[in-house]
Amino acid sequence: MTRKQKKRLFRIIVSAVLLLAVLIPDKAGAFPDLPWFVWLLLYLVPYFLIGYDVLLTAFKNIGHGQVFSEKFLMTVATLGALAIGFFPDMEPEYAEAVFVMLFYQVGEFFQSIAVGKSRKNIASLMDIRPDSANLLLEDGSFEQTDPDEIQIGQVIVVRPGEKIPLDGVVLQGQSTVDTSALTGESRPQQVRESDPVLSGSINQTGLLHVRVTKTFGQSTVSKILELVENASSNKSKSENFITKFARWYTPVVVFSALALAILPPLVILAAGNAPVWGDWIKRALTFLVVSCPCALVISIPLSYFGGIGGASAKGILVKGSNHLEDLASASVLCIDKTGTLTKGNFAVDALHPEGIDEERFLYYAAHAEASSSHPIALAFRQAYGKEPEARDVQSMEDVTTAHARGIRAQVAGHAVLIGNADLMAEAGLTPAEPVECGSVAHMAVDGVYAGYAVIRDELKPEAAQVVNELHELGVRPVVMLTGDREETAADVAHKTGIDAFRAQLLPEDKVRALTEEMERMKEKNPRGKLLFAGDGVNDAPVITRADVGIAMGALGSDAAIEAADIVLMNDSLSQLVKAIRIARFTRRIVWENVVFALGVKFAVLLLTALGFGQMWMAIFADVGVCVLAVLNAMRTLHYSSKKA
Amino acid sequence: MKVVFETEDLDCAHCAQKMEDAVAKIDGVQFCKVNFLALKMTLEIQDDKEDEIIKKVIATCKKVEPDCTLRRK
Repeated sequence: MTRKQKKRLFRIIVSAVLLLAVLIPDKAGAFPDLPWFVWLLLYLVPYFLIGYDVLLTAFKNIGHGQVFSEKFLMTVATLGALAIGFFPDMEPEYAEAVFVMLFYQVGEFFQSIAVGKSRKNIASLMDIRPDSANLLLEDGSFEQTDPDEIQIGQVIVVRPGEKIPLDGVVLQGQSTVDTSALTGESRPQQVRESDPVLSGSINQTGLLHVRVTKTFGQSTVSKILELVENASSNKSKSENFITKFARWYTPVVVFSALALAILPPLVILAAGNAPVWGDWIKRALTFLVVSCPCALVISIPLSYFGGIGGASAKGILVKGSNHLEDLASASVLCIDKTGTLTKGNFAVDALHPEGIDEERFLYYAAHAEASSSHPIALAFRQAYGKEPEARDVQSMEDVTTAHARGIRAQVAGHAVLIGNADLMAEAGLTPAEPVECGSVAHMAVDGVYAGYAVIRDELKPEAAQVVNELHELGVRPVVMLTGDREETAADVAHKTGIDAFRAQLLPEDKVRALTEEMERMKEKNPRGKLLFAGDGVNDAPVITRADVGIAMGALGSDAAIEAADIVLMNDSLSQLVKAIRIARFTRRIVWENVVFALGVKFAVLLLTALGFGQMWMAIFADVGVCVLAVLNAMRTLHYSSKKA
Repeated sequence: MKVVFETEDLDCAHCAQKMEDAVAKIDGVQFCKVNFLALKMTLEIQDDKEDEIIKKVIATCKKVEPDCTLRRK
């Protein structure tokens, strides 16, 4: 509890005791001879004690031209209750006035505790910010330094149990590091010399010397924190709706209160009966108490923030409440194949050389692709088993035409062409028809067809299960978009249970394919959202085009984090399902709060207008509902940390 | 330039919104965002009138939400 909260609690207790000290003898009729003004004065003691700050602020606010402040409304309601005894035929309501003010303060107190607690919960979830770094000095000792002051190239020491403060490369030592705060993946990772380490992960076993490769501001941990903190400024539609609603709600209720105080008595008067001003004014005062929209205004952003915070603790970074909201309406998923559905570790699976032997085939392949970072190139170099000789490669260029893709190179004086079947056809050759599934790279040497290699990628083990769960969540169809061959795509689709695939897409085709899928979806389900999940590196345009772009396995990749709306820090596909579940749960909580808060408020307004309402009900509808809604909103945080 | 304030004792989201609206209207303030949950107010203001604008911002917040104290970070 803060000092202010303690002070408030103290005031609440003292005023409650004083109120009871007056109330009990009053209601028991202990001093029937005391005149009314003595009772009023007695009640005013706890009233001012509990309410002086509210009254003061209210009058200051009027001075600033702010009529519709919550405190002003409370002031009018309670002063009105104190004054109502002066109307003919009305009982004095002194006690009620003090109660209203007291409950209001109790509610504010709970609200402040609940909000403070939520803030703390969220902050502790995101407690990945390192406090200090140990800078290695020349004499081998180290000095505690602010991570902000460490420069690129400097060496820091990370002891077991400490957080790694900045991104870097291990210079000395080996250890296991726990990256769960970043990725949600609890399996520790082995690191040794020359391995990269990320800030925010925890060094578990050994002493590490790390050469810093990024300043603190650019390090993973700062990026993540910035992203999550700024997420709440991308407001969801429901938040915008509530903001607009709040602007109208209070004035409307206040004017209805005014109408309720004046119109019915006038009508009664016109009908020739005696008007009961006091009763209608009392109803109007009760209206005022319900007129603050705080329950909605706090709890809805809080639900989203909790959802985003909870997700980030699972290694799912959501860049805004709007994206979380869209994710909940996911109805179609387009997904990349390589590196997303599959592991992205390519290996040469089969070799069918023609006219040359296998070793020669791999020699040409490894050298022609010596400087490429394409997965197929890596597979060739791995299969070759030796470092390619740089001097054997005279030239190398990428070839990309409408359908053909590949590489043309001069290796040891021979013209080597490697690529897909279309590339061979364009070169006037007839490639063999491969029998196996997988990516196929054909080769021609000096204009003669030299056979092909099949390169296979392993499917992620959870892929089929995840597709199944997506279907259960109502995400259908799941469409695979791939640059790979028809046969390979069909094979993957068959094994995973994916509904449809579009193969042999060049990067620009992918955007078009996605747009077509989106149009098809909008015809059937105009409110549905199309997701795209990819590795975020090669498919940035597609990620940007989708309703919700998801980058997978993006830890440490700035480009992917930049382009995507949602970033999955580890590359397990089940994160996708988890993200959708969290989004749906958050949406449910938001609706619960909207329905509950508005439901109670309107019910109390209606009851009051009809004359059945009581002041205490109105207070509950105001602050009670707010506290409950805040508590409900905090479930978004706990759901994700327990179940998902 | 960017100025960040910590907002102490800001317990009401509705008030945060009001503060944001009011501060955004001050002459020389290009951008204002109150993050209710992070207890932070981030401003983008005109460089040459820093002191004057900040004084106005503090006065405005005092008016709109007297409970809340701004502290420059």
